[in-house]
Amino acid sequence: MRRLRRMVSSFPRKREPSAFAVRRPASKAPGSRFRGKDGKMIALFVACSLLACTLAHAIDPLPFKDRAEELRFQALTKQLRCLVCQNESLADSNAPLAADLRRDVFEQMQAGKSDEEIKAWLTSRYSDFVLYDPPLRAGTVLLWFGPALALLAGGAAIVVIVRRRARAATLAARPASNVEDDW
Amino acid sequence: MPSRLLPFFGFVLVFALLGFGIWWNQSHDPREVPSPLIGKPAPEFSLPLLDDPGKKLGSADLRGQPYLLNVFASWCFACREEHPILMQQGKELGVKLVGFNYKDEPADAKRWIAQYGDPYDVVIADYPGDVAIDFGVTGAPETFLVDANGVIRYKYISPITPEIIATELLPRISLLKKEVTK
Repeated sequence: MRRLRRMVSSFPRKREPSAFAVRRPASKAPGSRFRGKDGKMIALFVACSLLACTLAHAIDPLPFKDRAEELRFQALTKQLRCLVCQNESLADSNAPLAADLRRDVFEQMQAGKSDEEIKAWLTSRYSDFVLYDPPLRAGTVLLWFGPALALLAGGAAIVVIVRRRARAATLAARPASNVEDDW
Repeated sequence: MPSRLLPFFGFVLVFALLGFGIWWNQSHDPREVPSPLIGKPAPEFSLPLLDDPGKKLGSADLRGQPYLLNVFASWCFACREEHPILMQQGKELGVKLVGFNYKDEPADAKRWIAQYGDPYDVVIADYPGDVAIDFGVTGAPETFLVDANGVIRYKYISPITPEIIATELLPRISLLKKEVTK
């Protein structure tokens, strides 16, 4: 519970009003104009599309040099975790901290830093937690090779079981062939 | 004979795995971002005082004595929960309590402190939130214990409770004090 409350409190109220303030009228206004079932559906559709609009624009516009730089920025921020809404990437998150970090990532790109350098800058502050792709370390060996190990164990189990059954089947078949010979 | 017990062993294995998963998730908070800064020097900073933005306080000024850096903001609900505990026990901690006002309007922060009381020895304001990023802050409240050499020794995420003060903070602080007198 405390955790939940803290999650809520990770959003500064004043600093970024646009994301919330703009969205509210969008979902209210069309509802009053349309009546009936169809009207409601249309209103819902309009509200949803408007919502999508404001969401897309809530992500701060950055002055990219060219399309390639923008693509690089998007690819990089998609690999990074927002520390506030942890199931969102830095690219998608509306949290003020994510906006700050996007700005920092952008500035470092402008300064000529490589993706690896930017990631190192972030992990030195927020640990590997900030990376969606966990690096191979002593502590992550099981994470990386655990599935392969489970697959190997499963495969070995299947081989053992199949062999045992095959042996049992041939043992069972032999007396039967003897009986056949008697015919 | 053992093949008849095989499903049972399978069941025990799966049960143990799932049980471990439940225990693991209960025993720690999977959302908590571990701080790589513990045991490392706190980032260099120099921030304006909340009460007097013309004056600045920096990491260099704080060196020489351990201090507790408490990240708070007026927009943070959980800080309101933590605040009375700091008001009660802040002075008994035996270290300087530095308030770190995070991404907050100065007027709001001042009003908040006026309303709920001021447990801090000094309050610095990080309006842009850049120093907070250097500290690896992900929200408020968060608390850092920094030693006399400016090394971060401990970090606590979420509101401080009397138990945390008794079991985590006070033992560490008394150790730090021994270090100082050495």
